[in-house]
Formats: sequence, structure tokens, C-alpha cells
Amino acid sequence: MTINEKQDEIIEDFDLFDDQLDKTQYIIDLGKKLPPMPVQFQTDENLIRGCQSKVWLHSEMQGDTVHFEADSEPTAQISKGLVSLLIRILSNEKAEDIANADLYFIDRIGLSNLVTSRRAGGLASMIQQMKQFSAANSGKIQPSGQSAI
Amino acid sequence: MLKLKSVFYFAIQYSLFIIHYSLLLFFIAPFAFLSCYLLRDYRYFMQTATHEILDIAAIRRDFPILDQVVNGRQLVYFDNAATTQKPLPVLNALARYYEGYNANIHRGIHTLAEKATSAFEASRRAIQQFLNAAHVEEIIFTYGTTDGINLVAQTYGRRFLNEGDEIIITTMEHHSNIVPWQMLCEEKGCVLKVIPIDDNGDLILEEYENLLSERTKFVSVVHVSNAMGIINPVETIIEKAHAIGAKVLIDGAQASSHIDIDVQALDADFYVFSAHKLYGPTGMGVLYGKKDILNAMPPWRGGGEMIKEVTFEKTTYNDLPYKFEAGTPNIADVIAVYTALEYLDTLGKKNVAAYEHGLLEYATEALKSIDGLRIVGTGAQKISVVSFVMDGIHHQDTGVILDQQGIAVRTGHHCAQPLMSRFNITGTTRASFAVYNTKEEIDRLVQGLLRVKKMML
Repeated sequence: MTINEKQDEIIEDFDLFDDQLDKTQYIIDLGKKLPPMPVQFQTDENLIRGCQSKVWLHSEMQGDTVHFEADSEPTAQISKGLVSLLIRILSNEKAEDIANADLYFIDRIGLSNLVTSRRAGGLASMIQQMKQFSAANSGKIQPSGQSAI
Repeated sequence: MLKLKSVFYFAIQYSLFIIHYSLLLFFIAPFAFLSCYLLRDYRYFMQTATHEILDIAAIRRDFPILDQVVNGRQLVYFDNAATTQKPLPVLNALARYYEGYNANIHRGIHTLAEKATSAFEASRRAIQQFLNAAHVEEIIFTYGTTDGINLVAQTYGRRFLNEGDEIIITTMEHHSNIVPWQMLCEEKGCVLKVIPIDDNGDLILEEYENLLSERTKFVSVVHVSNAMGIINPVETIIEKAHAIGAKVLIDGAQASSHIDIDVQALDADFYVFSAHKLYGPTGMGVLYGKKDILNAMPPWRGGGEMIKEVTFEKTTYNDLPYKFEAGTPNIADVIAVYTALEYLDTLGKKNVAAYEHGLLEYATEALKSIDGLRIVGTGAQKISVVSFVMDGIHHQDTGVILDQQGIAVRTGHHCAQPLMSRFNITGTTRASFAVYNTKEEIDRLVQGLLRVKKMML
């Protein structure tokens, strides 16, 4: 599935709910399903700036695709849900596809107060870091088993 | 003859007309005056069996912003410690100024400038009364509390504090009463000392006494904690500082709309607050300073109004209060503050405080009933602020889900990170109440929090 196909699928999922609270509940439930991040990746270097809650992002090349691991502090469940959406859409995609991706799902899942609030500052910096890493590694192929950083 | 007759009839008719209307005036006028008086003063009050109470429904009608639907629900505005809403009279005062007499003040000789200047200076006198300051020139207009603290740090601090001198603040200060002093300490080599608090959030006064020494030159303390609502014993703090010759600044940002302030009784050297937390406009604040101290302080910002005479060789500075008011001031907002103070005065600050205290008690009890909720700041003396954390739930998520139910609260560290560290937390959810809030709205908050819990756990 392409990045856009995944985004469309998510938009369709959110369209099932009319109420903002139900949509938020759905995000929280997605967050609960996000596999926990290995503790060794929860470093200060991997911390995303601009969030009220702590969010870590680890990026590495696997072949010609980028693999992301991310997590938030355990109590920040909405952040965790938003993180899980980004991982679902972008992880294991080609570096140049991620660098060039237009992430329109954010505006179309109908949660304006999540997107325009300070949380979006964190979400925006997470997206920026994912894209920066991908842009820097575009066209590179990492032999399997080795980390790019 | 006919002509004479008609003049006669006209005279009769005219005198009857005069008598008729003067009688009317004579009888009606007192009632009209009385009803105006009653309407003016009692519009916001209701009579109960024993006494008068504030008519909150009437007060709410003065705040049209409250009557709106947010995310599908009637708005509940509980972020008053950040900024209060502004009543119609204040909004009208702003519009009247811009529609009727907008002009730059002090130097203009035309009528509009005169009118604006006189309204501007009337606000200064109103604030003098509000604080019970001894002299009107002790009232300096600033852009807000933060601006006032910076002014004192940059003028009094830079002129009178030296290397090794100590400045005392508290654990519960807002960043705006920490950073200006840290900047000064960095520049002048002063030392910042901090009065600790106990687990209830109250200052430990014995520790304060231990910190005081001949090295203490300045004490800067918040009157009421923005993050917890705790009221500090500022009288005692000032008295003890004065006993060793230190000067004291009180940050009254959160106190001004809730507590009667008498700077002479307090004997405060400086007192600062912002209009926008007091039902007034944003971007306008006040620095009160004792006249002799303000006179001894060098000016800060240079420009218009703060000068007497400028030559390229030397400039002489204007007298108080203008010495500290460089540039065109925030005329409209200063003028509207007069109306905000008048509004608060009509309600009666004591009535407002009593009503808000009722809300605080009601909210404290209601919130305590929620399992896993812990109030931060449980000291006995509080204004109407409840700050809390919930087990296993991030304050930011709480804020988002309350907002989705139309309830506006503040979440985070409230610009008091050292205080959060003291309690070993990263932030709280804070509900702060003003005179237009109701118990029904607090019930909505409780329901909203139960929904948060249900969604998260």
C-alpha cells in the first residue's frame, strides 16, 4: 500500500465517527496497540522538541526503506495514538517517498483541536524529523543488519 | 381685538402647558432618578430572605462571549487565571474612545487630545484608589506584570544591587518573577535565594527567616500563586524584609481581582499587576512604587514623554510618573481599565471574593470525589483556583478531551516549572473561576473529567 492509500484508509476509518470524542477514543485505542519502543531508543537525542508530553523517535535505514520506532510517555495516550498513525503511514516506506509525502490525513480526520493545539507543534516537529532523516538518506541503500546512524 | 384675544388664549395655554409639565417633572423626576439609582447599583444584586447576593445571571449577560457553543456544547470558561473575559461596559469604553476621542495624549492642545488625556489620567487616579496609594504619581503604566518586574529589575536592580547581594524569591514564582532576577544576577553577580514550600504548597516562613541576612537586598514574592491559587502572607514577608533593610516587590497578577489591596497598609515598596486578569483589556499593567524609591531610580526606556528637554549634549528627564512611560502609551486600554475597576467596584470586591470562595469550596469537594484525582496546592488560604493531577492520565489529554466537551481549562506547567519539579510532576490541569462562573458549570467539569477517565483507563 502506498503512503496515500494508507492515508485514505485512515480517513475512511475516522469518517465512521461523527463525534470528536469518539474519534479521540479511537486514537487512544490505536495508541494502546502501538508496540512499546525498545528502552535503548528512549534517549534524550531521540526526544521530539515542542511537545507538552515526551515523545521519542528512532529512525534507521533498512535496505532502501526507512524504519521508524516511536513512543510517548505512558500516560500521554493521545500523543501515542497520533504517533502510531504516523508510524503506520510512513514506516518501512522508501526514503524519497517519505521526504516528498503530502500528509493530508491530519486535516481530514476531523480533529481540528488536536491539530491546531500545541500538540500539533510536537506532531509537526515529529513529521519534520521523519522527513529530514528520509531526505538525507534518499537514494541510499543500507545493507541489511546495519543501522544508518 | 381678535388678535389680542388669540394672544390671551395662547398665553393661557402656554402657562397651562408649563404648569402641566413642571408638575409632571416635579412628581416624575424623583422617581426617575430613584429608579436610575436603583437600576445602576442593584442591577447585579438579588434580595434573599436575609441579605443581598450577586445576581450571577445578570452578570453573565454582561459577558456575551460566555454565551456560545464550543464543540457542540455550551462553553464553560475556566481559564480565568490566564485571562478573564471582559464585560460589555469595558468593550463599550474601548469603542467609545476609538469612535469618539482617539488622540495622542499630553502634548496635544486640541479638544480630542484634551479629552483623551483627561480620561487617561482619570484611570491613573482610579488605580491609585484601587491600591490605596499615597500619591497618584506612584502609579506607572506598563504593558503588564512581567513588564513591571523587568522595569524594577533593570532600574532599581541595576542601580542599587551589587555583587554578592542576595535576592529572595519563592519556589512558586511564575517564570516572570524568576528570569528578570536571574538576568540581573548574571550581570551584577547577585545571588538568588529561594523560599521553599511544604507539601500543601504553603511557604515555609522559618526557612524565609533563615535566608534573611545583611546580604539580603531585595525580596520579590508572588501575592497569589498562579499555578495553585495559594495566598502568601505578604504582610509578614514585607515586615521581615524591611526589618533588615531590604526592599520588597509583590507580584499581584493573580491577587488583583480577588483580594483587597492596600499598598500603604502592606507597606510594599513595589506592587505590580495586569489589567487583563481583572476584567480589563490585555497589554496594560501597573507598577506601583513608593515615590522616593521611584525618584531615586534611573529611567529605563528612552523616548518621548519621559524627557524634559533634549539636546545632543544632555537630556533631562521628566518627573514621575512620566519618567518611566516612554513612547505613546496604550491609551485605549488604560482608559478602559477605569471602567473595569468601576465594574468590579459596582459588584463589590468583597461580594465577588465571597461568591468565588463558594465556588472554590464546591469545586474542591466535587473534584475530591473523583477517584485518582489529587489537588496540588491544598493550603488553607486560597483564591478560586483548583490545580490537579489524575493518576495515569496526562494533563494534556485531559485538556484536549475537556475542550471537546466545551470546557476551557489550562494544562501544563503554568510557567512555574520549578514549582512542578518541587511536586515531582510535569504539569497539572487548572480550573480557575471568576465571578460569572456557576456551580452548574463545575458539575459539567466533574462530568467531563469522569468522561476523560472512562476514555483513558
